[in-house]
Amino acid sequence: MKTYDSIQHVRGESKFVDDLFNPEGLLYGYVYYSSIAHGKIVSINLKKALKYAGVRGVFTAEDIPGENQIGGIVPDEVLLAGSKVDFIGQPIALVVADTKLAAKSASKLIDCKIEEYPAVFDPRIACEKGELIIPPRIFSLGDVNNAWSQCEYIVEGKTETGGQEHLYIETQGAVAIPVEGGGIKIYSSTQNPTAVQKVSARILNVPMHKIEVDVPRLGGGFGGKEDQATAWAALAALAASKLQRPVKIILPRQEDMRLTGKRNPYSSDFKIGLNKEGMILAYEVTFYQNAGAAADLSPAILDRTLFHCTNSYYIPNVKATAYSCRTNLLPNTAFRGFGGPQGMFVIESAINRAAEVMGISAHEIQRKNLLKEGDEFPYGQRTEHCRAIRCFEEAEQRYDFKMRKNYVEQFNQENKLVKKGITVMPVCFGISFTTTFMNQASALVHVYTDGSVRISTAAVEMGQGVNAKISVIASKVFSIDISRIKIDSTNTTRIANTSPTAASKGADLNGYAAMKACELILERLKKTACNELKFDDPKKVEIREEHIFYDGNRTPLTWNKLIQAAYLRRVSLSAHAHHATTDIYFDKEKAKGKPFAYHVYGTAIIEATVDCLRGTYKIDSVKVVHDFGSSLHSVVDRGQAEGAIVQGIGWMTIEEVMFDGKGKLMTDALSTYKVPDIQSAPKDMEVHFLEDAANPFGPFNSKAIGEPPLMYGIGAFFAIRNAMKAFRPERQFDFVAPITNERVLLTLYPAERFSGMKPDLAIDDVKTPAALVY
Amino acid sequence: MKKKITFICNDENISIEINPALTVLDYLRDNKRLTGTKEGCREGDCGACTVIVGRLNGKRIVYQTINSCLLPIADLNGKHLVSIEGLNLDGLNIIQEQMVDEGGTQCGFCTPGFIISMTNYFINHSEYDPEKAALALDGNICRCTGYLGIRRAIQNVIAYLNSIPRKNSNQTDFLMKAQILPEYFSSIPKRLKTLSKEIQYDKPTEKKIKPRYVVSGGTDLFVQKWESLLESNVRFISGNEALKEIRKEGNTIFIGGAVTISEFENSPLIRKHLPEVTKYLNLFGSQPIRNRATIAGNIVNASPIADMTNILLALSANLNLTTNKKKRSLPLNEFYLGYKTLNKKEKEIIENISIEIPSKEHYFNYERISRRTYLDIASVNTAALIKSDGKRIIDISISAGGVAPIPLYLKSTCNFFKGKEINSDLVDEAAHYALSEISPISDARGSAEYKSLLLKQLLKAHFIKLFPQLIEVEVLV
Repeated sequence: MKTYDSIQHVRGESKFVDDLFNPEGLLYGYVYYSSIAHGKIVSINLKKALKYAGVRGVFTAEDIPGENQIGGIVPDEVLLAGSKVDFIGQPIALVVADTKLAAKSASKLIDCKIEEYPAVFDPRIACEKGELIIPPRIFSLGDVNNAWSQCEYIVEGKTETGGQEHLYIETQGAVAIPVEGGGIKIYSSTQNPTAVQKVSARILNVPMHKIEVDVPRLGGGFGGKEDQATAWAALAALAASKLQRPVKIILPRQEDMRLTGKRNPYSSDFKIGLNKEGMILAYEVTFYQNAGAAADLSPAILDRTLFHCTNSYYIPNVKATAYSCRTNLLPNTAFRGFGGPQGMFVIESAINRAAEVMGISAHEIQRKNLLKEGDEFPYGQRTEHCRAIRCFEEAEQRYDFKMRKNYVEQFNQENKLVKKGITVMPVCFGISFTTTFMNQASALVHVYTDGSVRISTAAVEMGQGVNAKISVIASKVFSIDISRIKIDSTNTTRIANTSPTAASKGADLNGYAAMKACELILERLKKTACNELKFDDPKKVEIREEHIFYDGNRTPLTWNKLIQAAYLRRVSLSAHAHHATTDIYFDKEKAKGKPFAYHVYGTAIIEATVDCLRGTYKIDSVKVVHDFGSSLHSVVDRGQAEGAIVQGIGWMTIEEVMFDGKGKLMTDALSTYKVPDIQSAPKDMEVHFLEDAANPFGPFNSKAIGEPPLMYGIGAFFAIRNAMKAFRPERQFDFVAPITNERVLLTLYPAERFSGMKPDLAIDDVKTPAALVY
Repeated sequence: MKKKITFICNDENISIEINPALTVLDYLRDNKRLTGTKEGCREGDCGACTVIVGRLNGKRIVYQTINSCLLPIADLNGKHLVSIEGLNLDGLNIIQEQMVDEGGTQCGFCTPGFIISMTNYFINHSEYDPEKAALALDGNICRCTGYLGIRRAIQNVIAYLNSIPRKNSNQTDFLMKAQILPEYFSSIPKRLKTLSKEIQYDKPTEKKIKPRYVVSGGTDLFVQKWESLLESNVRFISGNEALKEIRKEGNTIFIGGAVTISEFENSPLIRKHLPEVTKYLNLFGSQPIRNRATIAGNIVNASPIADMTNILLALSANLNLTTNKKKRSLPLNEFYLGYKTLNKKEKEIIENISIEIPSKEHYFNYERISRRTYLDIASVNTAALIKSDGKRIIDISISAGGVAPIPLYLKSTCNFFKGKEINSDLVDEAAHYALSEISPISDARGSAEYKSLLLKQLLKAHFIKLFPQLIEVEVLV
């Protein structure tokens, strides 16, 4: 099933925004941004910058004809800061010049005076000060207060998870071209073309119909271009409108890292109660989400943390509280998993701590508490077609968990400086936008007279293979060869009011819409076939591999002939269709409902080796049984699983977003922010497709795949931690991720931490481990 | 500031007047509109812009991968530049096909760089090893696939190539037959030979205007100052054959000032006399970086954490500096006066670096820890050269990087060790003692506290590795 996307990719022929034609008179924009985390803008002097050779304009908040507002969920974020700044990296001005170099050089001549205010970076402190983006959110089930008394073990603790840079290899960018009548055509690298359209219209004070947004494809998104692609497109549109010249903004890598938000870091407290047998009876958890300086998508991310706070387990009594805390950091944003991973890390930590206290393995607790058919989630939905236990048990058997565990124990007895750890990581992830109205999509299908097909949907192709999947769906509906189908760029004039391509829902929503549009045409074609063949029952017409059958018998008609016939008979060969997920709802006030169309299940077994002399580690293997439903495209699905797992491992291990004491990003280049490379990614990975796993709620019984496997990566943390425990069995370890080499070594040798060091070397920004309480 | 540059771009002979400091990345994308080569980071850390550059060596062409974002077009003179577009046949070649079939490509942005690096591996090897092929991708980052599909693709390509009967043809011919390289590759040696007659190389003596920059590998300068390079008078010396020599005189090896890490790594002389050193070199940068970065550049860049410098300090290397008129020598450990401050006159360049070949009584070890093992700058590194009779330390030199403003030679720690019997207590004590010599700072590569602890651990690691029979590890952990 080769699709043209990947064929073009390997030939270097795929066109990304920066690769498109350069329109005549193209100018380049460079964003000037705040270097102060919090303060009042006293003055901005642009004179010198404007005089720089090649500069065509410098634009600030004052130049915005419409509303200076880009906030999506909450209107709390300006496009260009005019009176105050709330984080380092906040755009203040756009310099537009004949060349990239001139724009950048001129930006250095902008003189912006800022009076500095105190800044807050810690979400717990922000929460204490009442700096919340939205009121606290609480999910609850049963009654935790009554449940504690029934618990044999009650264990408390604290966890931290860090941010994560998306590091799509294609940086953010857009090209805006003025068109007649005061309109702007924008080519944008966005997951959310409608947001670009809406915000640009708002900024320019024009109706949305004046703005056309086209998305050829993305060189990776991962959530980082869901909300945060909008500003660059809107800025390009602003300049293009002012100067009536095409304007391109492509963020250089360092600016991309400095100016765009990342995965939300979380600080959390847990309290878990179990009975003697290891059944979890109660779980109380408080999440402090570091939202950064503006809401962005953080409120929705916060919700998903709560939705997934019990991961793959049934817990009868749950109270989960979440605070979205406003700090003076970059507004954090969507990142694959969307709050889910942050929630799951805490329950896994709680289980591990409980296991340590009880003197049993975490695996035993996990196993005993897995979700069963009909179990209720804290948000009121009950499991349907639950496959948590199936995946878990199949992983144990297929990969011989018992034998592996023995092997690890044996190894640890025989080796002094090198230790191994093994862990199991089950995952349950809900599929749907948790904001119900977003679960809609539409598709436009054209069949041309030569029998070829071109499809537009709301889905943006960013490597996740949504084009390939929609091609498969169309080829199945029409029963034609996949090479006849081309998926078009995503364009707001062809498909309006699009939901972002996110929440793993791209293929589900748009696949269903495309299926519906194809079916509309198919119905017409069946009638045409009857007319052509002088038969009377369209229901008996069937297309099988491009041949037309009637009542099971092959007719002389082929796909090509049928299309020709339809055209000559003046039958429409185009259709537009809309799809909305049925039977989902969520009452935000009560925090109860049925927000998800279905859940995805799976289990991973992860092994790691730690060099306890040097504090380094290696992920040895990742073995997975995953519920893909009936896969639409096994190459795409396998690739999504593998890629997500490695990204999740990266988040837990080597990827560390660091800020200095002033709120300046220290890890603002690929030389300081490291993502997995071919050597550090596990070589030994097996992903088994759970068999006999049709999903009645997905197109052709498939399941969503984009996000869920990322959370298997959480197992890497616990595998490393288990190996460390084998080296220092007497010690208590914390739950702070990422578990970098530095953290491993400082944890293994705490006694030596300050010995032999000059006092001035014990600097402040070393994060001491969270206090150990239980 | 324009200069005439003559080379072959894919199948096209090119001769243009152009700013010699323009990067090949910008030339390909802006001038040629060949957009298969992508900009991902402009610092040699992602590999999306990787190209293959071939140079004439006798009758054959030697091809290597280079980050086009760090490569000035000046250095293309007389070379064959291959971008992804120059590899395309009518249909997909086997590498491209396997990358598609095995899910080695998702968003596609990094993919051309991967195809380029894989192709270059197959151009340079006639016997294939999947692990070595994966190492050839050490300069390429993919954020989508997790690399599993890429590894499967490599394996399948290897299986395919091994299934094709090969006569005594050279590898380029073989790959053309295997439909991996386009036919025009066979014409390149002749064409380059003809072209090379037209080329006028920079001769240092001809320069009258004082250059602002002297660039050899440029792998750091083009990261830090590419804008300034475009606007300055630059002297490019990487083509200077006189500075490319690696030779042995008596017991001393001389390494020319323009010798790259790759040339050092692959030199038979080095492999014979410093085998212990070469085995660590694949941890330095990436293959495309090593193909450009020079040993002298690593030294004058004066990064406190430089890998090559760290090793050379332990080997007690000497620098031989020249201004064309005056020459002088000094030990490397006297070269650093302070953070990025050198004991070097402005006009001086490193003519060569000299190393005494270690004897059979010498033990060498190198330790470096970084956040990620490959293509990452170390948090702390240390090299040790220990002369011992197997029991006692006769002589010792240890370096430590990342723990001071300069690449450090641990002078007092070495004195502390000298003459003593090797045992766990000595090592423990010395590792602790070393902390009095260092002054680490906290940065993105680790806290000062971590770096101190790490250095201690790595000093222990030297002895655990080199003298396992003399060390009780329990004492040290």
